Amino acid sequence: MALARIDLPQEARPGELVEVRIVIQHPMETGFRRAPQGERVPRNAIHSLVCRYHGAEVFRATLSTGIAANPFLRFFLRATQSGDLDFWWLDDDEVQGAAKTHLVVSS
Amino acid sequence: MKRRDFIGSLAALAVTPHVSTTDPLVWSFTRGMPVLPGRVKLEVPALAENGHSVAMTVKVDSPMTASDHVRAVHLIAEKNPVRDMAVFYLGAHCPRAEVSSRIRLNGSQRIVAIAELSDGSFWSDAAYIEVREAACTDGG
Repeated sequence: MALARIDLPQEARPGELVEVRIVIQHPMETGFRRAPQGERVPRNAIHSLVCRYHGAEVFRATLSTGIAANPFLRFFLRATQSGDLDFWWLDDDEVQGAAKTHLVVSS
Repeated sequence: MKRRDFIGSLAALAVTPHVSTTDPLVWSFTRGMPVLPGRVKLEVPALAENGHSVAMTVKVDSPMTASDHVRAVHLIAEKNPVRDMAVFYLGAHCPRAEVSSRIRLNGSQRIVAIAELSDGSFWSDAAYIEVREAACTDGG
């Protein structure tokens, strides 16, 4: 379930505003839905998500079942130098997910 | 407490008619601080075909400097079984206080966004969404 797509600009200048978009493949089960046999599908949603850029936290969110399936998030960060953008998340089944991308910064 | 002090405290509660500061969910992070209208802009469609996935953008008017920035944005759906939709934690390192996501709605309702600023003040915006087909409890 650790599938995610991250959208970043190809390249950024130092000090530039960078728009980050991420879509994570996750059902975000509400716990109210019933399977065809009638049994309840247990709640399973991503409840925590962290984004780190160069090891420093730039964005954090606590989500709930009020966020649509395959959660999408968009936020901004300030480009400083080329480095990895690390995403990490945790769902109600204690399953961790991670995604990584590289931000190229050139002057 | 004198009568006029009591009436004065009621007026403080009535500052934000669109956000109840005594609501336990709101109280959990405001600790009774007044929530003022303004500075926050919650952008959602007025009408949604279904509640499974509705685009949402929340913007806060803030210079995002070390001395004046947005700490967090709380998103509340008033009629969802889980009202506490999301909390986005920002900070001085964020250049722009703007976050987008897609939300799930259990029917037509009001959505409230409350921003917590670095000076400890709270600002909010609310938007009503007409949802034709609810998500969550209808089994879909």
